[in-house]
Amino acid sequence: MRAVTILLDGVAYGMILFIISVGLTVTMGLMRVVNLAHGAFAMLGGYVATALTLKGVPFLVSCLLAGAAAGAAGALAEVTVFRPLYRKAELQHVLLTIGLCFIAIAALTLFAGSTPLPAIVPDWLDRMVDIGYRSYPLYRLFLIGVGAVMALGVWLIMERTLFGAKLRAAVDDAQMARAVGINVSRLFFLTFTGGCALAGFGAAVGAGIMPLEPFYALRYLVYFLIVVAVGGMGSFRGSLAAALLIGVVGTAGRYIVPQFGGFLLYLLVFGLLLWRPNGLLPPKSAA
Amino acid sequence: MSAIPQSKSDEPSALWHALPWLLALAFFFLADGYHSLGVNILIMILFTLSLDLALGYAGIITLGHAAFFGFGAYAAGLFNLHVSADPLLGLAAATLAAAALGLVTGALILHTRGETLLMLTLAIAAILHEAANHMRDLTGGDDGLAGIRPGAVFGLFRFDLWGKTSFLYCLGVLFVWFLISWRVVRSPFGRSLDGVRQNAKRMRAIGTPVWLRLVAMYALSAAMAGTAGALSAQTTRLVGLSVFELLTSGIVAVMLVLGGERRLYGAFVGATIYVLVQDVAGAINPFYWMFVIGILLVAIVLFFDGGLMGVIETARRKLRRGGAPGAAP
Amino acid sequence: MSGGAPILSVRGLAKNFGALAVTRNVDLDVAKGARIGLIGPNGAGKTTLVNLLTGMLSSDAGEITLEGARIERMSPEKRVHRGLARTHQINTLLMEANARDNVAVAVAEREKYAWRLLRYGPQWRACLDEAQGYLEETGIGHAGDRRVSLLPYGEQRLLEIAIALSLKPRVMLLDEPGAGIPSSEAHLIHDALGRLPADIAILLIEHDMDLVFKFAKEIVVLVLGAVLTRGPPAQIAADPRVRSVYLGRSVA
Repeated sequence: MRAVTILLDGVAYGMILFIISVGLTVTMGLMRVVNLAHGAFAMLGGYVATALTLKGVPFLVSCLLAGAAAGAAGALAEVTVFRPLYRKAELQHVLLTIGLCFIAIAALTLFAGSTPLPAIVPDWLDRMVDIGYRSYPLYRLFLIGVGAVMALGVWLIMERTLFGAKLRAAVDDAQMARAVGINVSRLFFLTFTGGCALAGFGAAVGAGIMPLEPFYALRYLVYFLIVVAVGGMGSFRGSLAAALLIGVVGTAGRYIVPQFGGFLLYLLVFGLLLWRPNGLLPPKSAA
Repeated sequence: MSAIPQSKSDEPSALWHALPWLLALAFFFLADGYHSLGVNILIMILFTLSLDLALGYAGIITLGHAAFFGFGAYAAGLFNLHVSADPLLGLAAATLAAAALGLVTGALILHTRGETLLMLTLAIAAILHEAANHMRDLTGGDDGLAGIRPGAVFGLFRFDLWGKTSFLYCLGVLFVWFLISWRVVRSPFGRSLDGVRQNAKRMRAIGTPVWLRLVAMYALSAAMAGTAGALSAQTTRLVGLSVFELLTSGIVAVMLVLGGERRLYGAFVGATIYVLVQDVAGAINPFYWMFVIGILLVAIVLFFDGGLMGVIETARRKLRRGGAPGAAP
Repeated sequence: MSGGAPILSVRGLAKNFGALAVTRNVDLDVAKGARIGLIGPNGAGKTTLVNLLTGMLSSDAGEITLEGARIERMSPEKRVHRGLARTHQINTLLMEANARDNVAVAVAEREKYAWRLLRYGPQWRACLDEAQGYLEETGIGHAGDRRVSLLPYGEQRLLEIAIALSLKPRVMLLDEPGAGIPSSEAHLIHDALGRLPADIAILLIEHDMDLVFKFAKEIVVLVLGAVLTRGPPAQIAADPRVRSVYLGRSVA
């Protein structure tokens, strides 16, 4: 029965990783931009949600507004600093986005101090429910549910809309997509904005298990990048699989061998990347 | 801008070469009370120089160079605690340990490129971070490795409280590594790696064993980063887990680009400015320096390819040639 | 065909991309000093054949023998060291370095100086001197100090040949050395090919029929990955099958 608990914890954690990372995987697959500032946009969302909740705005509304705020920040950054970056080398991407991270960390510390933010999980979520063999935190079940809804939503957009079809075509072969008249720059702008909004929303709802603090942007960045790399850049299904795998393996590691949980996780990632350098489920072009 | 000077007129004069070392000596005699700051700058220069070899010249894109810095630091600390207090022996041991780590990990990962390579380097540093965290008996875990007491250099010069011995010790080690780097980047070996960075396909077509050569350069760079870590362990007498953090790898890349890649002296400029900004701005507000460095980074990537050394070189060329257009950047 | 045992010999070479056979049972003998032109319509698999010979692609079946040694399983760089050099259809140069360094790096690799890290002064100078010789041999001796990205396209093509030459190959594969060159500069390539050392066997892939028929002593026609026919230029020019699949189309 403990296995079920570990599985639930792991899936809840994996879902948050997925919501935050899915935008990153699509933008990295689309434009080959190594965006280390993705965590900063997530963090920004989390901070906005916390501030709003503390002012009395309902939790869910705060989370949605957090997504809007992170999306707006992403849109602004895409137009001002990311656009000139596309033609530059990977190192330039790394450095500019680390720079953005630093700026975000410093700015949020200035406004909110350097201590971790208080948790904002509302009372109606912060309780235990009976799941048959034991009681289990409702909040984590809520995260799993939110994650499933988000995954379904993203899947519907990717598979059932014209926008999604264009996006998949552009990820597979941006040049070809341009040649057939798809406006890849606009597509990227929309995806980038959407990805940042999802990240901000994810960080806000997931703050209960991934606490917000100024170094959030760097601390969890490794996980977001791992989801992208292990799943396969640009692959929606891959990032879902990778996020759940990392959530479950990471959680299981911490429960079963607390000494070496993180160690095993990174070793697994290392092995996976050596085994499949393009990720578990890479989009067609990278296979 | 080509990595390696192509003609005599591209080479700076002897005065330019002497300048950084003269400045360092002047600092030693004039800047009483700031020697430990100076030591920090020298160590960071060496660390940045090591990244310039791997990332700048050979084009190995990495976000995990902290692995070698940290490995060297822990190796030097443990050597001091368990084997011998002699600082030079410790330095040699740490350098070899880091080189071995570079050789093994490089052999595993250097057949990959781009983002995958980036993630693998990241994962290696993260694995070491976790390992050091959990092997508490050996490393002290998150309390850090304390109690390092290096003996006298050559059995003669004790490390003093003010960091004067440390300063000259680090300056000497940096000078040796700088001479090695200077030779290596101009060697047929260095040129072939500069070629791999520009066009690996071309190099294969002339018979270059690309993977093997990258691994060799990676190990050399790892050795140098290990030395830097060892110096840090010996002069601060403490090794903390943060040596393995992503931030450490990020900072060294920042210093490299601040100064300018593929210029060797870029490491001097970048590391000095970074440490000074951190020191000055950090004294006002611990987070203020991150803001300043962040702005600098964004500005450099968007507006000044080639870093601050690039700006200096362009100015120097313009001065000498009376504004004649230099080589394209 | 010239007499003596071939330097490079290919038997039953085959390569498939999925269900598509791009190289089908190719046999080829290249004698010392040979001048062979390899022609065929677009998609005939000419570049694929070069990539199989150099090892950039691995073959599915068949044997490649270079001076008596089987090389079809060797890495590309080993094949280079055994005397098989190539040029690329699209320039593959070190654009940031100057022309002489481009050649000198290849000389250093050939002489195994490229593992020298600290002591290399005389060796590197020797590489530079030798490199200058190859630049002059291909007619771009004046360009040694110039950055490759600033060289005219025709001179970049010649530099490709100079680099291949500097490897002292026994067999040289020239993949469309004339590609992309304005006709005003085409004579430069003609001249450079004419000056290539007589003892190097050369396999020339080219669309410029003028160049092929002037240069080659023997022509091999590749169609759909297989050898259609081979023979002296006059015979190939008169062959109705060649005319229909190839010349006919380009004349029409």
